[in-house]
Amino acid sequence: MACESWKTQLDTYLDGELPSEEMHAFDAHVRNCASCAADALARVQMKRSIQAAGKCFIPRAEFRRRVQESIAVQPRRAAAGWGWMITAAMLATLLLVGLGVTYTERRRAGQEQQVYSELADLHVATLASASPVDVVSSDRHTVKPWFQGKLPFTFDLPELQSSEFSLMGGRITYLEQTPGAHLIYKLRKHEISVFIFQEGISPSRGDERSAVTRKLSFNTETWSQGGLWYCILGDASAADVHELAELLKRSASS
Amino acid sequence: MYVSGTEPQSDTFEELAMPLFDRLYNFAYWLTQNRDETEDLVQETYVKALKGFSSFQPGTNFRAWMYRILRNTFLTSRTGLKATTTVSLDSEDNGPELTSECETPEAILIERSDRQRVQSAIDDLPVASREILLLCEVEEMSYREIAEALSIPMGTVMSRLSRARKMLAERLRR
Repeated sequence: MACESWKTQLDTYLDGELPSEEMHAFDAHVRNCASCAADALARVQMKRSIQAAGKCFIPRAEFRRRVQESIAVQPRRAAAGWGWMITAAMLATLLLVGLGVTYTERRRAGQEQQVYSELADLHVATLASASPVDVVSSDRHTVKPWFQGKLPFTFDLPELQSSEFSLMGGRITYLEQTPGAHLIYKLRKHEISVFIFQEGISPSRGDERSAVTRKLSFNTETWSQGGLWYCILGDASAADVHELAELLKRSASS
Repeated sequence: MYVSGTEPQSDTFEELAMPLFDRLYNFAYWLTQNRDETEDLVQETYVKALKGFSSFQPGTNFRAWMYRILRNTFLTSRTGLKATTTVSLDSEDNGPELTSECETPEAILIERSDRQRVQSAIDDLPVASREILLLCEVEEMSYREIAEALSIPMGTVMSRLSRARKMLAERLRR
């Protein structure tokens, strides 16, 4: 191979980019060719000069620190980075949800307690009154029509002939500025209040299930049915309260 | 010299990218020829690389990937656009070969070996020639790495590098 052919590949050779066999052949040629050896030496010097001249700009320490801070502690795989962030976000969300739930539950419990306190007040105040009911009748067909035009809803009352309960009468009442029916039933010596409101006022979130609970020393049972919220409150036993509730539920669903 | 290759899976972006900081800065300065623009370019490169780190394929060349981001960022910057509209990268590959007289540029260089003169000559090169010469001689990248960093074929790397060397020789001969 003539020197000109070698020289066309001299840069590639000095860059170490020739295939290994050609590299060996080139090595052998340069060792035996003064002209190519001189060219190679000159180009190596040129490369070194460019390398030395090319490394001349150094970043400021402050700039390096700034960039390093902006990328610090970032996991190599984005998934891992996002995983950490997602975990943190989930924990934060859980904490917030937990706080929110706690707050909501406390608030709801507070509202519920307030409603029962108001109903207990109404129950006690009504029984203490000289005229506890505005419509005095044990006949449901008299009491129910009396509420017509006075309430924005209607309701059914149970037939009590085969039970120990007796209806004393009813009146309009208000809970949180909302009108509702207040019925008084009697069971032996116990007087029991039945409150009926539209469902929006319910502190029990429209749950149709019900169970007797004890609040402010009264037995109470509440439930929602047909868009209405019912609350029975009195000093009768839990079983009696529940029995009256069942009578009302049956009449409402019939 | 930076050893490229497969990076361990456990490395963070910072661990991989910060060792390249000085070299990237130096390369960026040669492109922009202005300190403020260099800092902006390097900062933007690191931000972009960090954002796109999930798309980086493990086992591929991280250094070439970083240089590619830096170069692409530069090309879309005001300075980069100005530089590349003055001299087209593509037209350069197909342009006429410069005459290279082997008689004396190297000899002249030896005689006048002067870092500032070489710097001026590099500085005077079109961006496409400057960047490929720096990647090869200063960054000591292989042709394959350069091809990755510049997103050009290997053959273009060789022809463009040859032209850049001849242009530098021409400038040093003046």
